[in-house]
Amino acid sequence: MNLELILFIVLALVAAVTSVMMITRPNPVLAAVFLVLNFFSLAGLYLLLNAQFIAVVQVIVYAGAIMVLFLFVLMLLNTETEHKLFVDKRGIKFFAILISAFVFVQVAYMIFYGRPSRTLTPDEALSIKAGTIQTIGQQLYTNYIIPFEVAGFLLLAATIGALVLAKKKFE
Amino acid sequence: MPQNNYEYFLLMPQIIIGIGIVLSVIIEITSKKSEQILPWFSIAMFLATAVYSILDINRNFVLFGGMIEVGGKPAIFNFIFNIGAALVVLSSIDYLKKYGTYYGEYYILVQSSVLGMMVMSGARDILMIFMGLELMSICFYVLAGINRKKFSANEASMKYFLLGAFATGFIVYGIALIYGTTGSTSIQNLSENFSVYSTNIVFILGLIIFLIGFSFKIATVPFHMWVPDVYQGSATTVTGLMSTTGKAAAFSVLIVVLTAVFGSNTHNIVRPYFATISALSMVFGSIVAISQNNLKRMLAYSSIAHAGYMAIGLAAGNAYSIAGIIFYLTAYAFMNIGAFAIISIVEDENDSRVDLNSFAGLHSKSPILAAMMALFMFALAGIPPLAGFFGKYYVFVSAIQSNLTWLAIVGVLSSVISVYFYIRVVVVMYFKDSVEDFKITISSFSLAAVVIAALFVLVFGIVPDTLMNVITSVIR
Repeated sequence: MNLELILFIVLALVAAVTSVMMITRPNPVLAAVFLVLNFFSLAGLYLLLNAQFIAVVQVIVYAGAIMVLFLFVLMLLNTETEHKLFVDKRGIKFFAILISAFVFVQVAYMIFYGRPSRTLTPDEALSIKAGTIQTIGQQLYTNYIIPFEVAGFLLLAATIGALVLAKKKFE
Repeated sequence: MPQNNYEYFLLMPQIIIGIGIVLSVIIEITSKKSEQILPWFSIAMFLATAVYSILDINRNFVLFGGMIEVGGKPAIFNFIFNIGAALVVLSSIDYLKKYGTYYGEYYILVQSSVLGMMVMSGARDILMIFMGLELMSICFYVLAGINRKKFSANEASMKYFLLGAFATGFIVYGIALIYGTTGSTSIQNLSENFSVYSTNIVFILGLIIFLIGFSFKIATVPFHMWVPDVYQGSATTVTGLMSTTGKAAAFSVLIVVLTAVFGSNTHNIVRPYFATISALSMVFGSIVAISQNNLKRMLAYSSIAHAGYMAIGLAAGNAYSIAGIIFYLTAYAFMNIGAFAIISIVEDENDSRVDLNSFAGLHSKSPILAAMMALFMFALAGIPPLAGFFGKYYVFVSAIQSNLTWLAIVGVLSSVISVYFYIRVVVVMYFKDSVEDFKITISSFSLAAVVIAALFVLVFGIVPDTLMNVITSVIR
């Protein structure tokens, strides 16, 4: 057993367990914390697949920014109403089960019946390589340098805008 | 990636604005009097960029590996954006004190939005279009609600943000479909292989969704619902900026993207779409504007109608019509910025005095303001020999050339309807006694902006060929 396999088993176990824990917790804050753990283990799986950039984005964007948003919403919302929603309206629960079953069947089909071709085409090999931070960085600083610079100004303008709209005491 | 260092010189307009933004931030941090320095700094920056763009008009190149175009059409658009923004800044200097937002940040946001527009007009890659659009829109969302204490400004900012984000979602979805079917974000690739892609239903779907997103941005019926509230609630000078240069930027993108469609030998697939929305916008904008009492709201509906007139050019889709759109956008920028600057002079601290009654008897209070307002109203109505007339003339002629006579007739009819509410303002100013008794304090800076805009409207109206020759020389 090589290290990669051991890491995969550990990360996959964590991901599976935390996702089950997440949907079974009655307390939404606890569920959110388990979701963060799930995101982290998924990021580890991406790293094993040589997709460094997606792994980093997974941690920064999903585990960082989006989860913080989730927690803020949970704090602001009244969790009682959400509880009532599920008890009173059976239709929603049925609908949720239907969608998850659909996604599950789709994923299961892809894993067991989708036949990945033995040999990769050059395009596919290239796209697998593109996951590394080095390739993305190289592209950003050569072909996409102008959009990259504009993105910098976009962030600057957004920061100034947020300051103007949200600073407590202005002048 | 630049082929050589010469490319940086060609990109100078964008670089001037970019460095200017950074310097403005530094001035804002270090200086206590930044709100007095920044307007003049911005105006200098905008004028330098406008002059540089016009001097560079014949050096038309695509730089940085097909990312951005300089010279030619983008140069004319840069001229519109920069002169428009300079006039808006000039008329904002005293208005901001009155409006209660005497901040330096206002000017930095205006500069950033202009950079976004310049990126949009020069874009030769869909990624660039998106970045420029976001840079412009985010600045506009903030500028619309820059006075946090005013409820109407909050409402305008929130509505603009939500519907603008919705439209951006459409645009991104369209881009995703276009990229998915073509495997490239380059517009050159799009126009070269358009006849191949145009048989692909998913590609056409992506293009249509992309156009729907931009129909939000240019404010055409049925994607116009945000316009009246946003234009009414925002600061008046900001409305002048959004309604003219923002519209021009969105049109520049539509022209660049649709050149692929117009240039191909295949059937012009977007004609039914643009003919429909342009006819709807012209009729709806002109009719609803009649019942408006608030001048800002009236100009918002008139702006919908004008977007409709310009969209005639997109439906016609020949070189002459594109030149007509660019001429119309230039004329419209000066007419509308001037009109909004006059409203900002008459307006008082509480957002009132913007309705028709406040303009009653303006002639006796300030003859020059009344004369200028009359000039802009005549120009917007499209009465010769003012610039607005030739804008309409060029797009209507191009419609007839492209066998869209019915659309030109609808356009002429709605122009006739629109004359009613424009001339009503003039009648009220000159022939009615003033209802409210108040004194207007005329800021000399705002008045200078109004006079400069009026001069442009007159010059482009009396000798339209000067501008038209420049525009047609860059369109091939």
